[in-house]
Amino acid sequence: MTLAVSILPEQQLAALNAAYRQAVTRKRLRLLFGVVLFATALVLAAIGAEVNLRTLFTYFGNFVSYFDRILTLDSGQRVWTDVGEWLWGWRKWLKMLGETLLISYVGTLTGAIFAFVLNFFAAENTSPGPWLRFVVRRLLEFARTVPGIVFALVFVIAFGLGPMAGVLAIAIHSTGALGKLFSEIVENADMKPVEGIRSTGASWLSCMRFAVVPQVTAGYASYALLRFEINVREASVMGFVGAGGIGQELVVAIRKFYYSDVSAILLTIIVTVFIIDITTGWLRSRLFGREAPT
Amino acid sequence: MSKPREVDTAALRARYPDVFERPASARLATPAMIAAALALLIYGLVDLDFSPSRFAAGLSQLGWISLMMIPPDPGSSLPIYLKALGETLSIALLGTTLAALFALPVSLLAARNIVPSNILRFPVRRFLDSIRGVDTLIWALVWINVVGLGPFAGVLAIAVSDFGAFGKLFSEAIEGADQKQVEGIRASGGSALHEIRFGLMPQVLPVIAGQVLYFIESNTRSATIIGIVGAGGIGLQLAEQIRVLEWQKVSFLILMILVAVAAIDFISGKLRFAIIGRRAVA
Repeated sequence: MTLAVSILPEQQLAALNAAYRQAVTRKRLRLLFGVVLFATALVLAAIGAEVNLRTLFTYFGNFVSYFDRILTLDSGQRVWTDVGEWLWGWRKWLKMLGETLLISYVGTLTGAIFAFVLNFFAAENTSPGPWLRFVVRRLLEFARTVPGIVFALVFVIAFGLGPMAGVLAIAIHSTGALGKLFSEIVENADMKPVEGIRSTGASWLSCMRFAVVPQVTAGYASYALLRFEINVREASVMGFVGAGGIGQELVVAIRKFYYSDVSAILLTIIVTVFIIDITTGWLRSRLFGREAPT
Repeated sequence: MSKPREVDTAALRARYPDVFERPASARLATPAMIAAALALLIYGLVDLDFSPSRFAAGLSQLGWISLMMIPPDPGSSLPIYLKALGETLSIALLGTTLAALFALPVSLLAARNIVPSNILRFPVRRFLDSIRGVDTLIWALVWINVVGLGPFAGVLAIAVSDFGAFGKLFSEAIEGADQKQVEGIRASGGSALHEIRFGLMPQVLPVIAGQVLYFIESNTRSATIIGIVGAGGIGLQLAEQIRVLEWQKVSFLILMILVAVAAIDFISGKLRFAIIGRRAVA
């Protein structure tokens, strides 16, 4: 078998080679420039964040042994040798977990209801007026950008300690996040049904009710379920600032060095989050098929 | 004009029973679900101590607080706040980079096309899942116990919690990569490492870069809040000013955070498009 590779004449080859090398060099230079820029940013950041590698190396053992300690009972045995002793407070913790789930449920549903009402004003194609759209969009943006726990901090002062502040914080944050997602679904909706309804002389409200809502409910429910999943995590830390839920127990256990309690509460949180993730995932695929927006 | 055709309702009814007489279960399903959801909502409101009087009192308190916030005013602490903001950005950048560096090798272990064995892959995946199941704030509390109060604990907290997220995202990017190039490398006699370096990495690195940039963006938000538990950055200042009821400073800090987040969004959006072109981040 003969190989059919044609070799170009020398001078033609040289020109092509030079052009190739130049292109590669330029690409490499750009990459190098990017890397140097990134490295400089990292060094600046390291100085800004007071990174101290010596501290890390000295105390890294602490990090590992911390997990060793939280997995040890007061009697010095491993936690899984005496599950009853490890999970001694399960009644209280389950109650707090229930409260956490309830906080995220009420918060998500309230947020979803508000987002449902507001998103038609925020969507490009259904908003009755540009001014209204601008105002609603900025409102949603504000609710979305300020972290939920900051709202919780303020609400704890206004409404007093307890789950109410947590619910309201989660509700406001969910309104912002869901409002944006919902309005994006509405913007992708088919406008022909709206024209059809409007041509019968219907009002704006009936247009929304009979032309838009039937198209978008599946997407709404999918996003709301996803948000619920996120909010369960969020609600588990609301207790850090006194806004109810299991976070309260956890922060006390961590701050007071009740080691085995820390691992027990973490375990219950992780298991709950797993179960919620799996259940909502199953629900979403069950309700809306595989193509549902995630 | 032709006479309208007689409609044989009985035959239609016989042919499409579902349309004419939907079973009671199908007709009642939606209202029942809505009723159940509302019932749970009301139970929740009662159980969580919601009462109209408390709500009204809180609202008036909130209105008063909002009035106190105007106008936003940093007082004399502007330099401190700017430094804290820089700290927050540093935390986000460093934490995300650290997480990405550590997550890359682990994500290879969690990808189906690299480690075909389910038994090996399963523990890695569950490990990543459990790290993700714990919130960043909890990691911050743990790290504060280890390296002390300050921004360094924040960096490590973000690094650990993103490590879980990145491990999952990267392994999905690797699983989505085209196998043909890997086979090409293998056919020309490359080792397993060569396959990864020359077959996979050129495909997945742009995707990964996009994801890392996106996370730096979203971590700017996370970094603002981990200060609340004492892990440095602007959140620390914010929590302190809220606790001492300095509302003008609080509103100024919130504005600062909003502006910083918007600026980072803008920059990283530009960068992302420059690196990976106009492609959505998977």
